[in-house]
Amino acid sequence: MKWETVIGLEVHAQLNTRSKIFSGASTAFGAPPNTHASAVDIALPGTLPVLNRAAVEKAIRFGLSVGSRVNSRSIFARKNYFYPDLPKGYQISQYETPVVQGGSVTIVVGDAEKTVRLTRAHLEEDAGKSLHEDFHGETGIDLNRAGTPLLEIVSEPDMRSAAEAVAYAKALHGLVRWIDICDGNMQEGSFRCDANVSVRPAGSDKLGTRCEIKNLNSFRFLERAIDFEVRRQIELIEDGGSVLQETRLYDPDRDETRPMRSKEDAHDYRYFPDPDLLPLEVSEPWLAEIQADLPELPQTKRERFVSVYGLRAYDAVVLTTSPEISAYFETAADGAPGPVAKLCANWITGTLSARLNEEGIDIIDSRVGPRQLRGLVERIADGTISNKIARDVFDAIWSGEAQGEQAADAIIRARGLTQISDSGALEKIVDEVIAANAQQVEDYRGGKEKAVNSLVGQVMKATRGKANPQQVNEILRRKVIARG
Amino acid sequence: MHDATLKTLSDALAARKLSSVEATELFLGRIRTLNGRYNCFITVDEDRSLAQAKEADAARAAGRAEPLTGIPIAQKDIFCAKGWLTTCASKMLSNFVSPYDAHVVERFNRAGAVIIGKTNMDEFAMGSSNETSWYGPVRNPWDTDRVPGGSSGGSAAALAARLVPAATGTDTGGSIRQPCALTGTCGLKPTYGLVSRYGMIAFASSLDQGGPMARTAEDLALMLNTMVGFDLRDSTSLDRPVEDYMSDLQQSVRGLRIGLPREFFAEGLQPDVAKVVEAAVAQYKALGCKITEVALPNMGLSVPVYYVLAPAEASSNLARFDGVRYGYRTPQYRDLNEMYEKTRAEGFGAEVKRRILIGTYVLSHGYYDAYYIRAQKVRRLIAEDFARAFEKCDVIMGPTSPTTAFKLGEKAADPLQMYLSDIYTIAVNLAGLPGMSIPCGFDTQGLPVGLQIIGNYFREAQMLNVAHQYQLATDWHSRVPPHI
Amino acid sequence: MALIRDDVKRAARLARIAVNEAEADEVLEQLVRIFGMIEDMRAVDVAAVEPMAHAQNLALRLRDDVITESDQRELFQSVAPRVENGLYLVPKVIE
Repeated sequence: MKWETVIGLEVHAQLNTRSKIFSGASTAFGAPPNTHASAVDIALPGTLPVLNRAAVEKAIRFGLSVGSRVNSRSIFARKNYFYPDLPKGYQISQYETPVVQGGSVTIVVGDAEKTVRLTRAHLEEDAGKSLHEDFHGETGIDLNRAGTPLLEIVSEPDMRSAAEAVAYAKALHGLVRWIDICDGNMQEGSFRCDANVSVRPAGSDKLGTRCEIKNLNSFRFLERAIDFEVRRQIELIEDGGSVLQETRLYDPDRDETRPMRSKEDAHDYRYFPDPDLLPLEVSEPWLAEIQADLPELPQTKRERFVSVYGLRAYDAVVLTTSPEISAYFETAADGAPGPVAKLCANWITGTLSARLNEEGIDIIDSRVGPRQLRGLVERIADGTISNKIARDVFDAIWSGEAQGEQAADAIIRARGLTQISDSGALEKIVDEVIAANAQQVEDYRGGKEKAVNSLVGQVMKATRGKANPQQVNEILRRKVIARG
Repeated sequence: MHDATLKTLSDALAARKLSSVEATELFLGRIRTLNGRYNCFITVDEDRSLAQAKEADAARAAGRAEPLTGIPIAQKDIFCAKGWLTTCASKMLSNFVSPYDAHVVERFNRAGAVIIGKTNMDEFAMGSSNETSWYGPVRNPWDTDRVPGGSSGGSAAALAARLVPAATGTDTGGSIRQPCALTGTCGLKPTYGLVSRYGMIAFASSLDQGGPMARTAEDLALMLNTMVGFDLRDSTSLDRPVEDYMSDLQQSVRGLRIGLPREFFAEGLQPDVAKVVEAAVAQYKALGCKITEVALPNMGLSVPVYYVLAPAEASSNLARFDGVRYGYRTPQYRDLNEMYEKTRAEGFGAEVKRRILIGTYVLSHGYYDAYYIRAQKVRRLIAEDFARAFEKCDVIMGPTSPTTAFKLGEKAADPLQMYLSDIYTIAVNLAGLPGMSIPCGFDTQGLPVGLQIIGNYFREAQMLNVAHQYQLATDWHSRVPPHI
Repeated sequence: MALIRDDVKRAARLARIAVNEAEADEVLEQLVRIFGMIEDMRAVDVAAVEPMAHAQNLALRLRDDVITESDQRELFQSVAPRVENGLYLVPKVIE
């Protein structure tokens, strides 16, 4: 039987406010345990929550970025359950009426575009952390994280593969950083995913029983956890069993998911409106103010890159994964004709990205600046240097051999790398190569297309790379055919 | 001197006829001698109180005195006071020394008042007789075999026994007014939102309100001037222009329209209480007031509504008492769940547990709409009844309690009977209106009867004027219990 | 909705309060009477009534995003049942 995978994601994005959602304690990561846990955060008797305006604004920024409805009135509720990292015995969250409803996110998988619908995004507070090691069989509780604002973004079950789920998570991850509401640091838990996974016979429109996989804190884990879970569910059903609706944890060491033991209690969260918090109202003027403050969104930019510069959809996606990379591209390609802009895009997504990765630095700290890259790319476009030579020039700029916007020209001049464009000189070299490689010439004539590559290589070697390979190719073909 | 009102003491302090240290020592001495008889106080800390008194005297010497500077005031043990044991009369908090001050305590401290001790109460303010206190019942100074009412019974009894000139209370369903009625003292529950709930240990957040307790309306006005104030830390605190509650006291009440709800004089009202209250109304008529009948048709439902909403909120508010960060933890447990269940089973008394169970049940899956939502709807009907009544009158009057003080143990075994003793007070909390109780005579056994005065929202000054004018014409408020 | 002992035990479990059978029976008896009284609410028609959650019909006030709290761990943990190295200790939590 053929199976179809159905995935919905719940993403918890920590909002990058200075203070907590309901208290004036710092949200900074990595402080000594419980030093950022205020009277409100540790739920001292008599303490009360007061909502942080910035948390609301950031939630609204998100809503406006994905075409959601921002509710003019939303309600905070209490979700009641006992857990040592939940000091009040309830989490303040939005339940029936969230601040943001609906909207969608466009993802690109391969070359196909797809729309993932959002159900809602609501504000809530994070819990503290339980530390299980080193306390003689006891658990240590650190409440520094308790009360950090979270935006829980819930999607519809619109994804059909782990790859789509990852593309969606990456799109959201890019977006929340783009609009500056979350630092996106997955190691520190600033961006966490829960995946609801089910399978059904291909063609069926009834949803299968789903399992929720909790706390996936990397895209790789997200992909592997879904892959494992899909296999598990299919095997289970094919063996005559049925999927049990449950919460599962992904264990990266064993690359498997398993049921969470602590959540065996049938949950009854007893939601009710928090009497300590009045309804949250969002006025039209406030909404307009937030809208005016939003940067151009990745989707809009992406469309512009394709229409203005003629970039491929995939490159446009890559160049809009962060504000930094798109700013780099736009500085490099500013006012450039299509071919130059495309070359800029290729260099950024290719050579530059590889180098940044290798050296583990951000594009903002790149040692080849966007205007320098533009200078380099222009020399390729006008035929001054070949792509291969350009790579050497790139390395030279990277290592600081020349500075300023004209760095590429300076290096080309200093190293004498200008391409041999004098066709007379080039023809002479080609003649020499033909004369010295009778066998290859013979092979080429005999129909071995590949033989020409070897001849081109010889010419390139003789010119120390300064010849234009395309020009060499032309001359070679002309001459060999002429001889025949 | 111990029979002096707060106003008299304030004048004596201002005239330097008395120092704060002298006043404080006087009341500490009375507490030392008499508290054993009434059990009004959970904590007395003479050194702390005297240190505050010395500071007050120094402030006065330096010319920095306000009306309450140097006045000893008892704090109900529901208010967190830094460095003071703050127990809420529960074993759960029997070791909790508050690390911070409630807003109300802060304001009294800033005004230079002296905390003379922390008064006994029903555990977590759940009770109408002060019998649910883990520290034992409070006895009514008018008859020590009888209860003082609750939950602010310690404050009320301390006033009646002349152990203090003034005290604080809190009122969720009558907890200021009913004990005042049963002890022949005065108390006012302000409009919801006027007195900050920050640092006042929560029972039912949407109903709880702190207020003053004293022996005259004038003293209540003096205290209210200090207690009322906007507080950013309580999201339900109201930001309103500052009012002087003393300013209207001397106005004539001629022409005042008094509404008498027929529902207040129906079945269940002790006949001699009815007579005394009618006599009080007649007194107002003699002062030139107009008496008119009004209807509160849904008032009979206030007790059922209250016993859904208050326990629901309480079940969630009291979830923070889990033995993790403060308070009682059971000495023996095998695992986390047992630690929770034993801590809470041992730390809470029977009435608190009963209400937590009621609240948990009404919020649980499948019952929420039938109980919680329905109760909130009926709550609105009750509030609308008052709005209609206030179209026809300026204040509403009636008995505070259907009976005078009952015997210790008389209703302890029957929660339902106990709940019905708040039948005239609860509706006021549901509507969020201000209400007060002043003594207006005695029943046939010589036990005090309270007159309840209910005002429209923010009409505290008018209510105090109405009460003060009555107290100028009568002397019920200055009657002293026998043997005092 | 007739209340049974299992309802009491379930609520007690949700509320993390240990109750034995005898206590459950005693509480049940009281709750049955209390809920009998609560059922009086059904006498009125509330179909067209909006639930009332707060005494005042006001919107939530918001706080500026500023850090106002400083470290008070030592003071706060002075009243904690069990702490070590700045952490609150509880019996082992199983995930």
